[in-house]
Amino acid sequence: MEKLLKILEELHPDVDFTTNEELIDEGILDSLDIVTLVTEINAEFDVTIPAEEIIPENFNSAKALMALITKLDEE
Amino acid sequence: MQKNILEYLEQTVKKYSHKTAFSNGKESMTFEAVYSEARAIGSFLAGEGYYGEPIAVIMDKHPRTVTAFFGIIYAGCFYVCIDEKMPEARMRAILDKLSPRAIICDKKNIKTAQVLDIPSVYLYDELSDTEINSCALTEIRRKQSSTDAIYVVFTSGSTGTPKGVVACHRSVIDYTETLCEALEFSADTVFGNQTPLYFDAPLKEIMPTLKLGATTYFVPKMLFSFPVKLVEFLDEHKINTICWVVSALVQISSLGALEQHTPKHLTTVAFGSEMFPKKQYDLWREALPRARFFNLYGPTEATGMSCYWAADRQLGADEPIPIGRPFDNTDIILLDEENKRAEQGEICIRGTCLTMGYYNDEDKTNAVFVQNPLNTAYPELIYRTGDIGKINERGELVFICRKDSQIKHMGHRIELGEIEAAALKAEGVRKACCVYDNNAKRIVLFFVGEADENALLRELQRYLPRYMLPALTEKLYELPFTANGKIDRKGLRERAEQM
Repeated sequence: MEKLLKILEELHPDVDFTTNEELIDEGILDSLDIVTLVTEINAEFDVTIPAEEIIPENFNSAKALMALITKLDEE
Repeated sequence: MQKNILEYLEQTVKKYSHKTAFSNGKESMTFEAVYSEARAIGSFLAGEGYYGEPIAVIMDKHPRTVTAFFGIIYAGCFYVCIDEKMPEARMRAILDKLSPRAIICDKKNIKTAQVLDIPSVYLYDELSDTEINSCALTEIRRKQSSTDAIYVVFTSGSTGTPKGVVACHRSVIDYTETLCEALEFSADTVFGNQTPLYFDAPLKEIMPTLKLGATTYFVPKMLFSFPVKLVEFLDEHKINTICWVVSALVQISSLGALEQHTPKHLTTVAFGSEMFPKKQYDLWREALPRARFFNLYGPTEATGMSCYWAADRQLGADEPIPIGRPFDNTDIILLDEENKRAEQGEICIRGTCLTMGYYNDEDKTNAVFVQNPLNTAYPELIYRTGDIGKINERGELVFICRKDSQIKHMGHRIELGEIEAAALKAEGVRKACCVYDNNAKRIVLFFVGEADENALLRELQRYLPRYMLPALTEKLYELPFTANGKIDRKGLRERAEQM
């Protein structure tokens, strides 16, 4: 989780990613952020986020993202 | 002879009154609705005595927003669309240049509109109920000329103040006619619009829609983060034509969405505003082997796009995608440093497509809208783009680089000087230099001063739109200088590329 928070905080130092659960709904993460996130998560966690998993529900909070990474890691 | 862009709407509404003109996927407006609401808004503004002046618009992207534009044009005024997400300081800089007497807003943006010190704030829904005054609208049309302004679009300015490009009916009609012909749009064209309404880019969809009775869907911005959902939207609305910035296309291809989710109806893919990475371009070509691809090029100052390349051949491995040739009725001249015609030089544009210049800015206008140096006999303006281009062995025009520090980032045209000017306004910043890391496609800001990097970033958010914010900021003890005392931009760019 810490590794993920570090990636997120580099994108938006002013956002509290431990509590915010509306990263997409509030428009905090834009399309450029999503590409950066997918690329960095794929590299850092050695997973491949498929296009089908790039949906708002999986990116609305750090928790949701972590759950996705864990799921992909187990597969 | 057509003199007004609204003639497109007036002809089309006779033939396609009940067809959808504009939609955001949830809400739509027919040509009849666009026509009558635009005339109602025009009647209201005329009744209040507005004429030949800027009217601001601050609304979310919606069929009503473009209808407001047409309403303003019906009143013989010109529209200025304000990005509702823009920092207030930048909004004020733009409005200071314009001093509009009125702004039209939707319910969502009314609070923002009210704090901008514009004398009159009107809600769209109230204006669109106005009784249509045909006599007043006819009288306005009678006294108008095709050289009357229809919009002002603001682009980044190197000294920190955005420049307002003024376009008139004549140049937009010229653009619409030649674009529709070159890209073969028809009444069956269904556009999926991506570009924001506060630029001239969406003219590509809006104007052909009016002229031909086509349909434009405004693709919700959020979908550009989620490629599979985006393709679903394109399929659901049978969108067959897209004219997007390269970064939006790359978003779909780079996240691996094209392989299993190929847009079913796409037949025309136009792109532009920046270099298309070859690998991503190839992914698109492979996914849509039967679609036609167009690379478009052009500055806002020459109304929308000026050149196109129809992707009619295979490119060599290291060959850049050409910008091809000018649209009909537009001429491109390449000028060298001595203002002589050259095989490689500054791309200069000649023709009806030229806009009127910058609003309230004679100096900046005169610097780039200049006498054609090849014509010494009578006054004739050309626009100097500041882009360097060359003609390749096939006779196609190819973009090489910029002459100055203007960059293209995420499809936006940005003056690095504007970012530096904003940084220098921040507390604890004494010197600033901004460079563009072309490999990682990111803006990097170097500064000297006591300011904390994160605090500086927060401060910059007050002055600059999101797409202009540096991806990285680094504090230095001193900026490096070249032998002749200038900031060593090249050195800093190399440093940025290694960060």
